[in-house]
Amino acid sequence: MSETGKNGKVIRIEVLRYRPEQDREPFLQSYDVPFTDDMSVLQGLQYIKDRLDGTLSFRWSCRMAICGSCGMMIDGEPCLACKTFLRDFPAGAVRVEALAHFPIERDLVIRMDDFLAKLESIKPWIVPKEERTLAQGEYLQTPAQLDVYEQFSSCINCLLCYAACPQYGLNPDFVGPGIMALLHRYNADSRDGAAAERMEVAGSEAGAFNCTAVGYCSEVCPKHVDPANAVNQNKTRAAGDYFLRLVRPKGGAK
Amino acid sequence: MKAAMKRSNAPIFWGLFGAGGMLAALFGPVLVFITGIAVPLGLILPADAMSWPRMQAFAQHWAGKGFLFAIIALFLWHAAHRICHSLHDLGVHAGAATRLACYGSAALGTLLAAGALWAVGF
Repeated sequence: MSETGKNGKVIRIEVLRYRPEQDREPFLQSYDVPFTDDMSVLQGLQYIKDRLDGTLSFRWSCRMAICGSCGMMIDGEPCLACKTFLRDFPAGAVRVEALAHFPIERDLVIRMDDFLAKLESIKPWIVPKEERTLAQGEYLQTPAQLDVYEQFSSCINCLLCYAACPQYGLNPDFVGPGIMALLHRYNADSRDGAAAERMEVAGSEAGAFNCTAVGYCSEVCPKHVDPANAVNQNKTRAAGDYFLRLVRPKGGAK
Repeated sequence: MKAAMKRSNAPIFWGLFGAGGMLAALFGPVLVFITGIAVPLGLILPADAMSWPRMQAFAQHWAGKGFLFAIIALFLWHAAHRICHSLHDLGVHAGAATRLACYGSAALGTLLAAGALWAVGF
């Protein structure tokens, strides 16, 4: 990034700043950043931090849409900064803000404690249906069994779907689209045996029924996961559990 | 989070909403066409298709009764749920009053429909 601006292009990046020790509330600060067509918004922010204003804070790591660290609102839409390019803002300006619906820790860094607590609550790992010893070998799975959950396993916890979800915005108790996708990823895995426990979350007052099928979560997902679909499937399953527990009182009933 | 882990009663209302939505999608448009366009304008259907004796016979037959009851009651529960959630989106959050107004009117409409279908005789 040593030779930026060779093509003479400059973009004005408006960044939402908030430094809790000195700012009473968040405000927008503008920076003029020279750029080339291959530069992402993340690289624009790095230019600001390296050359213009070292006090700017933002999360990033992999630069290639794998780590899920650089989720932010770019011109009002939840995006990964590394996957969004400065050349796509022909008006010569772009606004970058912290992810919607989350408390701001500092500048573009949000607090994700709420999400992490919810993540723990759904046991996001495979709880073997039946324990096998090393001698018994691997837990085998057919391609058809893999297909059932594979897309949901692509979630990188970037939280874009939470910033997109109007229901999470209105009620942060809702476990949210990402958690529902991950919950479904494990429940739909043929090797897993903890679906009943996870359905306590899906069928709870914080669960799937908070969703009003807006579907924006699935649109903004940078990994093509379909959280809206996971929520829908679990509405059906939770409703089934709700009524079937009366005839078959076991599993997930409280 | 723990407090919110109570099992949700939403499946009852969501189930009625879903059933009503399905019926609305299947029968809603054609009902609008028959009752609002075809019969009043005398298109396709005979002018007396919805005459009093015909409709009375329809409402007195058990199948007609069942159809009318399902259409009226489930459409109402569908609408109540949709209105309740749309109010939530507009910032009027579902408290006891909102729920009572939405689902209460659906319940009242259901009772009225059942009463009327009963009163019309067999």
